[in-house]
Amino acid sequence: MADRTHPAVACRLNGRPTALHGHPMSRLLDAIRATGLTGTKEGCGEGECGACAVLIDGTLVNSCLTPLVHADGASITTIEGVAEGDMLHEVQEAFLECGGAQCGICTPGMILAAVELLSRAAEPTEQDVRVALAGNLCRCTGYMRIFESVLDAARRR
Amino acid sequence: MIPLLEGYQVAVPRSLTEALGELARHPGARPFAGGTDLMVLLEAGHLPPGRYVSLQHLSELAGIAETPDGGVAIGALTTYTAIQRSRRLADEYPLLALAARETGGVATQNRGTIGGNIANASPAADTPPVLLVYDADLELVSASGSRRIPYSSFHTGYKQMAIAPGELIARVHLPSRTGWGRSAGGRDYYRKVGTRRAQAISKVCLAAAIRVDAGAVQDVRIALGSVAPTVIRAVRTEESLRGQPLDAGAIAAAERTLLSEIVPIDDIRSSARYRTRVAANLLREFLQG
Repeated sequence: MADRTHPAVACRLNGRPTALHGHPMSRLLDAIRATGLTGTKEGCGEGECGACAVLIDGTLVNSCLTPLVHADGASITTIEGVAEGDMLHEVQEAFLECGGAQCGICTPGMILAAVELLSRAAEPTEQDVRVALAGNLCRCTGYMRIFESVLDAARRR
Repeated sequence: MIPLLEGYQVAVPRSLTEALGELARHPGARPFAGGTDLMVLLEAGHLPPGRYVSLQHLSELAGIAETPDGGVAIGALTTYTAIQRSRRLADEYPLLALAARETGGVATQNRGTIGGNIANASPAADTPPVLLVYDADLELVSASGSRRIPYSSFHTGYKQMAIAPGELIARVHLPSRTGWGRSAGGRDYYRKVGTRRAQAISKVCLAAAIRVDAGAVQDVRIALGSVAPTVIRAVRTEESLRGQPLDAGAIAAAERTLLSEIVPIDDIRSSARYRTRVAANLLREFLQG
């Protein structure tokens, strides 16, 4: 849906040059989903649950609280951009093997939060993992397996 | 969704000068930084339509710098993540990193800025009590110049601030902490009490620093969040402690004084009674070391 009343926001979405459309104060979350990438989920819509997390220039953000105008010139990674082709990221492999994914709604945000943690901490402790994922809520409450998945991913590298 | 947003105009200045010009031309325009508070209000239908100014390109206002008086200046657009990663702040202003770590989750800390947190003016904000303990000044800039005011006089009432139309919070200045270090008998304290350790909005928060020498309190600073219409410095409680030995009598007297200068309320997060009790308990925990 092209919105001609506002200038397009030029960014890179999972490495691909992309023009996002919408009002400057509309949510990045909606603009991403409108491109067909629906892996980014809306949970609470107020920055509490982390289901909508994406990386902007490698930094974890909640896309429900990010106005579209802030994506101008940014490099955005969604859950669809974590794997390289058919090669899953080690965090994704670990979630599969350790049972880190249950119903799946929180999983994209959990994986992106874990990817960000591993990008800045080579050998995270369980406490580091708990802090890094504190903004991501799992309503299946399978946190232990999620923590184990992230620690397992760290060991795989 | 799109028709609903048409009442909001957004300017995206490329520099501080441009931003101040925009604010001078439109004195009612509201600046915003990471959007972590603003977007919640927008989504809930509580953000008034009008002109908004995105500060996303104002790199002049991000970062932490030394000041000639031996203190630091923290740019208003410095994120809570950057505050946690600063070695300089961790060494001399340790409560700032502690408070930053307890302000939302990682995704919020990556976007939320110290200036935005101040301008949001929540009485339940987690970092402002620390700024009161560290005796911060705010540097406000406008198209016609700049001025500094003590942070302790910035919040004048619930969501009311001593900032003029056209002004922007540029930096938070923290004076040198010489004399408050461990070697001088100093210690710092910070504790936030909420429903959940991570991410929950505070029920009560207490930040404090004390210097004890020769058995007596040389100086003390105590600040609280969520117990009044603004974050507050407990000046009478501080006064009751100065010059006193830190014994059970002085601590009990300080608790009584504290309860006379806080005015907590019942709300969605807690009750006045609980907040009163916890504020006194936090003060005692701090004073007993």
